[in-house]
Amino acid sequence: MKDLSGWGRYPRLYGPLATAQTAEAATRLTASAPGVVARGLGRAYGDAAIGRERTLAAPGLDRLKGFDAETGLLRAEAGVSLHDILTTFVPRGFFPPVVPGTRFVTLGGMIASDVHGKNQHNEGTFGEHVEVLSLALPDGRTIRCGRNENPELFRATIGGMGLTGTILDASFRLRRVETGWIRQTTSVAENLSEAIALLGRTSGATYTVAWIDVLARGTSLGRSLILEGEHAGRDELEPRQVPFPPARTGRFGVPFDMPGGLLNARTVSAFNALYYRKGARRAGQTTLVPWDSYFFPLDGIARWNRIYGPHGFVQHQCVIPEARAEAVLSAMLDRLSETGTGSFLAVLKRLRAGTGLMSFPMDGLTLALDIPVSERRLALMAEIDGLVSDAGGRLYLAKDACQSRDTFEAGYPNIAAFREVRRDAGVFEHMSSKQSERLGL
Amino acid sequence: MSDAPAQSVLVLGGTSDIGRAVASAYAAKGWQVTLAARDAKAAAREAADLTARRDTSRIETRSLDILDTDAFRGFLDGLPALPDTVICVVGAMGEQARAERDPVHAAEVLRTNFEGPALFLEAVAGRFAARGRGLIVGISSVAGDRGRATNYVYGAGKAGFTAYLSGLRNRLAKGGVHVATIKPGFVRTRMTEGMDLPGPLTATPATVAERIVALEERPRDVVYILRRWRLVMLIIRAIPEAIFKKLKL
Ligand SMILES: Cc1cc2nc3c(=O)[nH]c(=O)nc-3n(C[C@H](O)[C@H](O)[C@H](O)COP(=O)(O)OP(=O)(O)OC[C@H]3O[C@@H](n4cnc5c(N)ncnc54)[C@H](O)[C@@H]3O)c2cc1C
Ligand SMILES: NC(=O)c1ccc[n+]([C@@H]2O[C@H](COP(=O)([O-])OP(=O)(O)OC[C@H]3O[C@@H](n4cnc5c(N)ncnc54)[C@H](OP(=O)(O)O)[C@@H]3O)[C@@H](O)[C@H]2O)c1
Repeated sequence: MKDLSGWGRYPRLYGPLATAQTAEAATRLTASAPGVVARGLGRAYGDAAIGRERTLAAPGLDRLKGFDAETGLLRAEAGVSLHDILTTFVPRGFFPPVVPGTRFVTLGGMIASDVHGKNQHNEGTFGEHVEVLSLALPDGRTIRCGRNENPELFRATIGGMGLTGTILDASFRLRRVETGWIRQTTSVAENLSEAIALLGRTSGATYTVAWIDVLARGTSLGRSLILEGEHAGRDELEPRQVPFPPARTGRFGVPFDMPGGLLNARTVSAFNALYYRKGARRAGQTTLVPWDSYFFPLDGIARWNRIYGPHGFVQHQCVIPEARAEAVLSAMLDRLSETGTGSFLAVLKRLRAGTGLMSFPMDGLTLALDIPVSERRLALMAEIDGLVSDAGGRLYLAKDACQSRDTFEAGYPNIAAFREVRRDAGVFEHMSSKQSERLGL
Repeated sequence: MSDAPAQSVLVLGGTSDIGRAVASAYAAKGWQVTLAARDAKAAAREAADLTARRDTSRIETRSLDILDTDAFRGFLDGLPALPDTVICVVGAMGEQARAERDPVHAAEVLRTNFEGPALFLEAVAGRFAARGRGLIVGISSVAGDRGRATNYVYGAGKAGFTAYLSGLRNRLAKGGVHVATIKPGFVRTRMTEGMDLPGPLTATPATVAERIVALEERPRDVVYILRRWRLVMLIIRAIPEAIFKKLKL
């Protein structure tokens, strides 16, 4: 029995883990018994990467299958990590089309969650860039899926949370970059409506994201720093700057669970205020930042998830349709600051619709918050979920650990079509996770 | 280096975790790499991976079963050119308890760790000696330094291989051919997966590969990948047999 809890370490769950080193083994293990789901690097926060009965570890499928430097097309096994892809290809002047906020995820995990990056408003989700993938099914077959081959299964697998079969390999295009540096510009939004307006205006930038101070109240409610980024060209570098800075290796780590009480309203509020003031001083300035600290600021601190203490935390990430976004987000922020529920990391982003049947993104704004688990806070999240549902929004399955079936069903209108594809492919009872069991997915 | 033909290395056991790491380290130096393995499909998978990782990789694969000793000469004659360096990573832990009951299994473990690698490298040595240069690297094991109840069949195979390598080194010392014996200690690979290995005595395949590639610049005879192993084995070898036989190690 292995600890299979997700990154938020809530819920705490244990179960058998079978390891596949080859595609043949993964195919066999997918077919061998029902109640199985694949697992990448376990960066989903909740219970998505935990099989109902058993879990199939795919990180042994970590070989590249081919790369065409002319077109940037990379074919790779599903267990290859984003870290591996970046450290191999950034020095050669290539960058993935979309990256999430950590590089310790697998290709399979990025497809199954149809991840979005800071360029979601321009490039869409990772799934939009996948050309073909191969999928191992419960009957022991392996099939290719793409926009022209098995398109229904392709669309269900992207964002399908492992529930259509085990992804064995996939191909997607990397793009050329001149350097591994990002030109970052910081601007300040004094409140939520300014932040939303700025995220709209800056959507001309390649990458954009807002860091939001959740505990600011009154007229400052929703005050944010807006961080825009562009890949820097060679001519922007100082002579002493290497064109492709190497990734930092995590020197710092959190060696044990921090006591729960350490993160209280006061410490979080102080941290947020400090971060805001520091950022505000840089307003209007442009700096060059290495790719890894721009995209993956937390990856430098190993196991940072332990700062939330032994009870774990939930990352609550919702998306609200454009028209209702400001009203609903300010109602949410009101409730959070009223109850003193701070979050070190609160991120606001503009999204556009995703590709998959079950993809999270829709046209609107997404807010992501870390919330340490307690009974009171679970109740608060349920209350907030009600606001999300009423506004026609939804919660991200890769982060979800506790939403109700009602919230889920209201948020994902394609669920019936998804179930049908699963039945047609004969995977319905077979491919199954703790999350799919919880949500009746 | 750009005009001169690339140097070449042959890795036997190119589908093992250590073999992969060694191949990758040589490819990173711009060498031409030939992976020899009994499983052609697995070798092709590793070759594709290495090729995709670098613009400059030149990777080939060849089939070879180390128990098929009759095939060795034909194998070497069939290579487009005699490699500059040959590295034997092949080995098999086997199961000690089964080897005690099943002589066929015991013989296979002995042959895979000793007879096969020794006879292959013997065939290489003759060709290297005739050419007047070359580097031979054999991956043996600290398990060959002293027989222990828990793995003496494997250990005896490695002990034989260690002795063979030392003999070859002695024989070729004057002729420009160098022979290196590698004793990795514990390495985190699929051979040791699930085992509870002591951190300070455990290396990664990448470290093993680094130490091997470094031999190209600075030849050494016997390499303990982690230096503390030299001391550990010095002590273990020094224990008098009368005491050693009663120990549980
Ligand atoms: C610090 C941090 C920042 C993050 N930032 C973002 C972000 O900015 N944007 C974003 O979109 N996400 C983000 N995430 C979420 C993360 O990208 C996803 O959870 C991703 O799926 C994790 O990949 P993984 O390889 O760890 O997969 P796991 O967590 O192991 O699995 C996630 C899902 O993928 C499925 N899966 C994994 N491998 C396979 C396979 N081979 N075949 C079929 N299904 C498979 C699993 O069954 C599961 O449903 C972040 C997570 C963390 C911890
Ligand atoms: N891991 C350790 O802690 C450790 C410690 C000391 C020494 N070593 C030695 O290091 C070497 C590599 O070990 P590893 O840990 O990487 O384990 P491994 O993956 O089991 O490596 C063994 C290699 O030998 C090959 N092989 C076995 N029988 C063969 C045969 N009949 N013909 C051709 N090839 C054959 C295997 O090929 P397949 O891929 O086809 O199976 C594999 O490539 C071995 O010699 C081992 O004894 C390892």
